Amino acid sequence: MTPIVEDEDQGTSGPAAVGGGRVVTEALDVTHGPILYLDDITVSFDGFKALNNLTLTVEAGELRCIIGPNGAGKTTMMDVITGKTRPDSGTAFFGQTIDLLRMTEPQIAHAGIGRKFQKPTVFEQHTVFENLELAMKTDKRVRASLRARLDSAQGDLIAATLEQIKLADAPDRAAGLLSHGQKQWLEIGMLLMQEPRLLLLDEPVAGMTDAETERTAELFNSLAGKHTLVVVEHDMDFVGAIARTVTVLHEGSVLAEGAMDAVQNDERVIEVYLGR
Amino acid sequence: MRKTGPGALFGTRGWSGVIAALVLICAVAPLLNLGVPKESIFHMSDFSVSLIGKIMCYAIVALAMDLIWGYTGILSLGHGLFFALGGYAFGMYLMRSIGLDGVYKSPLPDFMVFLDWKAYPWYWSFTDHFWYSLMLVVLVPGLLAFVFGYFAFRSRIKGVYFSIITQAMTFAFMLLFFRNDTGFGGNNGFTDFKRILDHPIFTPQMRMTLFVLSGLALVGTLLLGRWIVTSKLGRVLTAIRDAESRVMFSGYDPLWYKLFIWTLSAVLCGIAGALYVPQVGIINPGEMSPANSIEIAIWVAVGGRGTLVGAILGAFIVNGARSWFTVAFPEYWLFFLGAIFIAVTLFLPNGVVGLISQLRAQWRDRQGAKAA
Repeated sequence: MTPIVEDEDQGTSGPAAVGGGRVVTEALDVTHGPILYLDDITVSFDGFKALNNLTLTVEAGELRCIIGPNGAGKTTMMDVITGKTRPDSGTAFFGQTIDLLRMTEPQIAHAGIGRKFQKPTVFEQHTVFENLELAMKTDKRVRASLRARLDSAQGDLIAATLEQIKLADAPDRAAGLLSHGQKQWLEIGMLLMQEPRLLLLDEPVAGMTDAETERTAELFNSLAGKHTLVVVEHDMDFVGAIARTVTVLHEGSVLAEGAMDAVQNDERVIEVYLGR
Repeated sequence: MRKTGPGALFGTRGWSGVIAALVLICAVAPLLNLGVPKESIFHMSDFSVSLIGKIMCYAIVALAMDLIWGYTGILSLGHGLFFALGGYAFGMYLMRSIGLDGVYKSPLPDFMVFLDWKAYPWYWSFTDHFWYSLMLVVLVPGLLAFVFGYFAFRSRIKGVYFSIITQAMTFAFMLLFFRNDTGFGGNNGFTDFKRILDHPIFTPQMRMTLFVLSGLALVGTLLLGRWIVTSKLGRVLTAIRDAESRVMFSGYDPLWYKLFIWTLSAVLCGIAGALYVPQVGIINPGEMSPANSIEIAIWVAVGGRGTLVGAILGAFIVNGARSWFTVAFPEYWLFFLGAIFIAVTLFLPNGVVGLISQLRAQWRDRQGAKAA
């Protein structure tokens, strides 16, 4: 694991950095439409350019699918947006005003970006209920956690989310005992508990049965509009079921963008990705 | 609605255990040691009092270790340092209160006279005040842990790298304290204590007072630990242990959580060290040796990680065995300790507590099978 060296002293600079985990008060400004701007982002690992002058804009309320062959830079792009990887150059803004490149992972999470990993990552020793409780949007500083008690509104919210992710009958089961698909759903539920404006979902239906995949498509369709979703996926049927706009990444930059049909018929896309 | 807050600290059985422990420590032990005549078979020997008093201090350290290792997944191999620093901080007061009764009849401790020092170095200022030295007991380990932890956790040093650095830290401090010029008595450390708050230190009453204080501190630490691990904070700590990246992307900054539990853990060790030193009558840099810190981890592994009770049990089992073994087969103790560790790692990954709950589950199953 590469240690990330922050370029500013997070312990002392400004209210946003004090006692990481507080609810960020700066409002998300999407008055001009886009919720996410990536401009000219380059990330290189030992000379290999994982992202190469990537420029991408996502409108508020959109459901965007991102496809691309292995190594196209899809996961690296998510790492940049969520603060895990710092780009060598470029800018990344959340709304009009929030500069993502100056924030830590927890700060970005508080600002309203939720992320689902490629491999389902839940707290395996905790129960399903506790997983959702931990993810819930609230004051996440140490002292608040020591005194935290759930009020009934929060309890209802968790119960509603349990319904939404079809785990209402297993709140007390340890998350580690869930099936692969259920873990994926639980992780999605944890994202929803964060009440994010933007959800980044890395291969959300990997390992799901067809029925589960179908239900996931329904869920995502119902979330679009209220939330903005960026979905990275290999499953073309799933992409076809949910996509409004598809972006194709190739070798770290955008190769094509547009409606599913247009993209599927694009010569360059067929060449690099859909196989020939 | 389901549970809406931190769970209860203990169930009925747990609370009965805590109350029984308090009665044993505060009433039964003093009565059997001081009240019952020496000839009676019910008499508790002075040896037992000081042995159990000592092990209770170790058990506090084991609890502190369980909080950081068992619950948060950070293996410290430098907790002996915080224990020793707490001991030294209180030891300074004990040295000052020897007064003019030292070998050289000087207001300075014997080792300073020996070094031909004429006055106390600046960092010994005010250590003749009891309350000030108690403050040092908390502040010195706490501050060191906070600063060390801040940089280590901020740089995201984890796993075995963190363990190795803590091991190097305690080793470095041991070398520093071995030097006579450091001003803490070199390799002899502090000893020949005479009194605490004007009461002579080696009387049965003082021995029992320290025993009761250690016992109360142990029970207090257990309650504090339970309070933390049953809170949401405790669930965040365990979450950091199991999936730190998910914790971060859920909006928690692990730095402050780790720093909180790490510093608290160090402070608890310091308090244990301060209770330990007057009971054994000596503190020297040997307490900072890397092997001592590793042994703390063994206590917790033997008892069972992430259970708190297991940590206490482990401290008693290993140190009880040591006190018997080092009399019966002195030269084989370290082999035996190594063997325990290997056996526990191979056969009891959840320690003695894990074994007990496994046996209980099997017994219940068998009862269920009979009933069916």
